[in-house]
Amino acid sequence: MRGKTEKQAQRRANMAVLARAPGERLKVLWDSAGLEAEHQIVRGPETGLVTVRGRIGGGGSPFNVGEVTVTRSTVKLAGGAVGHSYALGRDKEKSRIAALFDALWQDVNLQTKLAANIIEPLARELSARDAQTKERTAATRVDFFTMVRGED
Amino acid sequence: MYVAVKGGEAAIRNAHRLLADRRRGDRSVPALRLDQIVEQLALGVDRVMAEGSLYDRELAALAITQARGDMIEAVFLVRAFRTTLPRFGYTRAADTGSMLVERRISATYKDIPGGQLLGPTFDYTHRLLEPEIAAGIDPETPETRDVDEEPMPRVTDILARDELIEEDGSVPAEKTVADISREPLEFPLDRDARLQALARGDEGFLLALAYSTQRGYARSHPFVGEIRIGEIDLELDVPELPFPVPLGRIQVTECQMVNQFKGSAKTPPQFTRGYGLVFGQSERKAMAMSLCDRALRASELGEDVVAPAQDEEFVISHSDNVQATGFVEHLKLPHYVDFQAELDLVRRMRSEVSSGNEAGHREAAE
Repeated sequence: MRGKTEKQAQRRANMAVLARAPGERLKVLWDSAGLEAEHQIVRGPETGLVTVRGRIGGGGSPFNVGEVTVTRSTVKLAGGAVGHSYALGRDKEKSRIAALFDALWQDVNLQTKLAANIIEPLARELSARDAQTKERTAATRVDFFTMVRGED
Repeated sequence: MYVAVKGGEAAIRNAHRLLADRRRGDRSVPALRLDQIVEQLALGVDRVMAEGSLYDRELAALAITQARGDMIEAVFLVRAFRTTLPRFGYTRAADTGSMLVERRISATYKDIPGGQLLGPTFDYTHRLLEPEIAAGIDPETPETRDVDEEPMPRVTDILARDELIEEDGSVPAEKTVADISREPLEFPLDRDARLQALARGDEGFLLALAYSTQRGYARSHPFVGEIRIGEIDLELDVPELPFPVPLGRIQVTECQMVNQFKGSAKTPPQFTRGYGLVFGQSERKAMAMSLCDRALRASELGEDVVAPAQDEEFVISHSDNVQATGFVEHLKLPHYVDFQAELDLVRRMRSEVSSGNEAGHREAAE
């Protein structure tokens, strides 16, 4: 049971990285890793709308803020494994690769290679970007000081 | 009998061909690329995303180019595009508390956990034109500083600990979340429907109404409890997977407006609140939205509805610039038959008046 939960958490973490990855970068990594495999497209890649929900006051009842474009795909390998992908934007090739990744990842023997060639470099680049955003924002933090005027 | 008049096909075709030529402009000037607009006119792109109610930077940039920079036309194009796409569902409610913050300020507390982070702001600039931008000078690389991983709670949550402020708003839990893009508006609205309408409302219209509340046309006394801008994670529940699917991140602006008090015999006085949440970096819009949200809660808070900004039907019915421009601009389309009828009417009225006058003159002469 624990193994299943862990596997799901890892699958979800992979999806989070793939969803945020720039499409061009994913394509370059995918091609150079030589991971392309025969597969059947079950659905998509198709672009649609997802409505973003926020909460009143930040933590109250949900309300609809507006829509985002999302592209999704489902693929099936010859062996029967099915892979899915959902991500913001309209990049169909990125969507297909991410779904194929998800299908291939279900083969335990491929997981190390998939992680090393795709997820790890992407995750590194994404967290470097976040770190840069945080460091640049931190430099705009206000340091208040008190001015003392007069003798006493 | 009804006679349809047709014509103008060639004129329309040639007008659109002329439009395309003017849109491209002088051929010796390089054509704009969408990535240039996304990167360098980012706040214009954000406005089109917010009012077009579609978060997609490249589509908004395309709309701005196609509309020759006419923002309302661009919003219109984006809204029209939305209708061509299937719907996949609703995200889980996003948590602005765990935002990757790019800017965060409070006008109510100087020392807040996480600090005041100015981010990329126009505030404190001198509003002097900078000719070096026209000269294409490369700006310096931004300064960096070690990150203090202190959490950044919402300022309203800090105030809420002592019950000095009302809680985050709620609508009845059994109610499904209103979606004004699926069902027609029915007044009075719940706050969730109102916020959805305000989030896509015209920035200029909401700004003017927000300003009116400050000038005395409603009870307001606002303070910016907090503004935060940054990226939030989106997740979607789908039937084919046993967990919510991460979709990626979007940038939003959130404004927590803190306003004067409401209390009763049972509840001691508390600060009241208005809320703004808008796609992209849209600070003015988020502030205007939160002021309008607060003003529109007048009835709920037992205040007299005396000003335009408090009138829900007035504000929400006129906040959508696509609807507004549609109705105003349709006036320039051919109304030849309607106008003929009016001409007829005014001629008849004039002839009745003049024959009446003649009769009157005759009577007077007799």
